[in-house]
Order: sequence, then C-alpha cells, then structure tokens
Amino acid sequence: MKVFEWKNLVDEKGCFEAVSELIDRIERSKLNAYITICKDEALRLAREYDRGNLKGKLAGIPVAVKDNITTKGIRTTCASKMLLNYIPVFDAHVVEKLKSEGAIIIGKTNMDEFGMGTTTETSYFGVVRNPYDLDRVAGGSSGGSAAAVANDEAVLALGSDTGGSIRCPASFCGIYGLKPTYGLVSRYGLIPYANSLEQIGPMAESIEDLALILEVIAGRDERDSTNSGRDFIFREEKVERIGIIKNMDASEEVMNKFYEVMSNFEYGEIEFPSLKYSLASYYIIAMSEASSNLARYDGVRYGHFSPFLTSWSDYYSRVRAEGFGMEVKRRIMLGSYALSAGYYGKYYLKALRARTLIIEDFKKAFAKFDVLVSPTMPSLPFRIGELKDPLTMYKMDVNTVPVNLAGLPALSIPIGFIRGLPVGMQVIGNYFEENKLLSFAKIIEENI
Amino acid sequence: MVSIEEVYHVSRLAKLMITDEEAQRFRKEFEEILSYFDILDEIDESIPPTFHVLEISNIFREDVAKKGLEQSEALLNSPRKEEGYFVGPKVVE
Repeated sequence: MKVFEWKNLVDEKGCFEAVSELIDRIERSKLNAYITICKDEALRLAREYDRGNLKGKLAGIPVAVKDNITTKGIRTTCASKMLLNYIPVFDAHVVEKLKSEGAIIIGKTNMDEFGMGTTTETSYFGVVRNPYDLDRVAGGSSGGSAAAVANDEAVLALGSDTGGSIRCPASFCGIYGLKPTYGLVSRYGLIPYANSLEQIGPMAESIEDLALILEVIAGRDERDSTNSGRDFIFREEKVERIGIIKNMDASEEVMNKFYEVMSNFEYGEIEFPSLKYSLASYYIIAMSEASSNLARYDGVRYGHFSPFLTSWSDYYSRVRAEGFGMEVKRRIMLGSYALSAGYYGKYYLKALRARTLIIEDFKKAFAKFDVLVSPTMPSLPFRIGELKDPLTMYKMDVNTVPVNLAGLPALSIPIGFIRGLPVGMQVIGNYFEENKLLSFAKIIEENI
Repeated sequence: MVSIEEVYHVSRLAKLMITDEEAQRFRKEFEEILSYFDILDEIDESIPPTFHVLEISNIFREDVAKKGLEQSEALLNSPRKEEGYFVGPKVVE
C-alpha cells in the first residue's frame, strides 16, 4: 500500500479503524514478518491522530522498524536468543525522527540474527515467508520489513543494509528498498554488526514514499561520529548516462528480464575487474568487525545470562554459546581467526586493499556514468532450506556487497515477475547522489 | 588446512564454548571458506588499505555536559545488580 492509498483509507474510516484492521491483518498473517507488535501504543497514537493531535510529515502512517533498531521501552531482539528480553532505555536517532514526524510504529520486524544472513532463516523466531510464495524466503536480512510492506502489514518500513540486507528482501518481495550513502543516516541506536559497512534505510511501495521517509531519517546527528551532517531533500534530477555493470552475476532468466527492461534505455557497459574480490573482501571485513562488536554480549549488563556465576572466562564463554545461533558463531569465529596473530596481514589487511580496488573501479565508472545498474540478486527467491552450506549462501550477495565496501548509495526496484516471483534491479549512484538514483528509479517505475 | 586445534584456539579467543560436533563442522566449513578467501592473495601489496570510506576525520562535538542514562536505566536490563553496580563473575581465577 502506498502512502496516498493509506491516507485515502484514513479519510474514509479514520485512523483508529484503519490501524485496527492493519493489526488484525498482521495477527492473521502467515508470513512471520513481525517479532513484536506494538498494538496498544499504535492504537493510542491512531486515536490521537483522529483527534487532530498527531502532526508531521508521517502523521498517522504505520511504519515497521527492523528489530536491530533500538526502540525505547519496546523489546529489541536482533532476532537473537541473546537479546530475547532486552528492553532499550533510549531510542535510535531514526526512531526519534519517525516519532517527531508523527509516524505510528506498528511493530518490530523479523530478520536474520544480528543481520547475518540472506534469507531470514537464521532468525531465532523462524523464517519470514515470501508473500508471493509461502514456500520461499522473503530474503534477508531485513526480510520482515520487506514482507510487511509487500503484504500491507505496514505502509513504510526501516531496514538496515550491511551487504545487501535492504536490497535483497526488497527484490524478493517486489518492493523498493534503498541503502543510503554511508554517513547520510545516523547509526546511533542501530545495534552494530559491521560498522564500516552498514546503513539504516527505507523500504516502501513507491519511489515517492521512499523519498518521503528518507527525508525524515537523514540528517545531522552528533552521536554518530561517521555522520556526514547532510540533510536530504528529494528533487528530480536529470539522469542521462546509464551504465550496466557487465560482469555482475545472475541466472539466465533474471538476466533476460533485466535486459528486457534496459532495452527501453540507451546505456553503456562497463566491467569491474575488482568484482571477483568483493565477496572475499566483504566477508572478511564484516566478520572481523562482527567478532569485535559482538564481544559486548557478556551476560552481565544485558542479554542472555546464566544463573550460575562461575569464573569469568567460563561464564562468558558459556553464556555466548547458549545465546548465539550457528551463523553468528560462525562469523564471530571466522572474524576472530582473520584478526588473530599471524593472519591479520593475510586476511584483514588484504581485504582492505581489495576495498581500495573496488572504490577505484567505482570512481572510474562514475566519471563516465550518472548511475550504474545490475540485477539486484543473482536468482529468484530461494525455497526455504534450499541453500544448505554457508559459502553458497554468501555467494548470493555477489551483486550487493560492492556498494557497501565503497559506501555508495544503491536501491532495488521491482521490474516485474518470472513465474509469479518478483525480480529486482539494482541502481547504484555516486556519493550523496540519492536524488539521481531516485529520479532514474522513478522513470522505471513510470514505465513498468 | 585448518586443524581442529586451531578451531578450539579461535573459540577460546572469541570466548565461545563449542561442542566437539560444532568444532568438527567448523573445521570443514572454515577450510572451504578460507580457501575461497585465498583469491585475495593475488592483490599487490603496494595497494593501500581502505579503513574507512568517508573522507572525514576527527568529528568532535562541543565539550558540554549532557544528561546521560540514569543509574536505574543503565541497570535495567542486568540480571544481577547490587547497590547500583552490575554483579559480574569472578575475574581472578
């Protein structure tokens, strides 16, 4: 549902009634998109809206928030047993912004545990199902946010994207999802997985709606030292030079669909020699940062704990063994390995050198083109349980991770269906050129 | 080659207790994943590493006192607390 459709609904039956129906829909849904539904508070705010007391750019609009984004007084789990009962005592910057513009936070959405996955199958709360085929995944890690928007269980949603976690589920669920330029949106209150790669971003059913919520969440926040201090205001810009990244990967049917859409445009092509390094570089950096970030879970200050206080080392190791799922353990272990004595130069430093090469390839490309395009995902949504070993899963992020390594903005646009399953196109822009991205995406939106 | 000893060594570094079964599984998986990472070996050592993508540094805020968390808020999620402190496990063994 688009924002204007929601507004029509509210005009017709009132916000309270509209929100009540939406919550009914969530409660009856088979998708498993939500971990926590904020029923009482959402209904209270809806009533306030009907009384004329809720104002702002997002007044009365139900927004779903990924469960790794901190919400004061609302359980925030990261879909992990480790944070099963964690109740934050502060709001993330983006949540403050949503509230100040009158948004109704409808609930916290399901995801891969700590954002580590491409299918939401690593969630402690179970997989999120694809609205177009219940036997398939919604994508990950922001699968709950994407499925909620696609199935009218929310109008707008926030996700986070470390290596494709907004774009992948947006593609699999047939909606729009944007990963902003690194530093455009404050990460204050985003529970960290890999700080140098991740950004919070919006998910919606139209470009206009995506731009609306981005305007709200972008901007200065001194509590995030990597925040650029820039605001975002949407205005359409001319996009003339379109480049296809030729060596990005996709199955034949996905590629055909992609080129079918691109045949409506004049475009150039470019090859990225560094692309073959991007997955290795990404996973080494992400795992290394994760191993350090997740050291905070000690069973003392918050999170899963054990009733038996043994020695420090034993207690800490046991609590973490009990609280983390398999994929999280795997990444902490590999990250610790990559950073350990004797391997730092072989893995971590090499990954950072590869990162330089990837950034250089993008620089060259943006000297020639305004936007770059590719299929978002190399395949259609997977069947639940289809991807069995970790490496095969990691390889599904091949088209999405280069953008995070470079810190560039990128979005996924729905471009149609194959056998009833959604296909997405990735559009990548230069630093802080979200307007070019959205303008080009709007042309595609209007032509499909 | 990744040995089972290495897997246990890393699990101690990461403060993560693992079962024998997990150790066996990780050993096999790590071998595959790490050999995939070997593709980076062909990258020239003269290329500088990128630690951070933004060309900003030393972003400081004004040095003024602000209200932080209340003690009760900071302790809210802790399973064990005593007289305004967290109670943790014994550090000296």
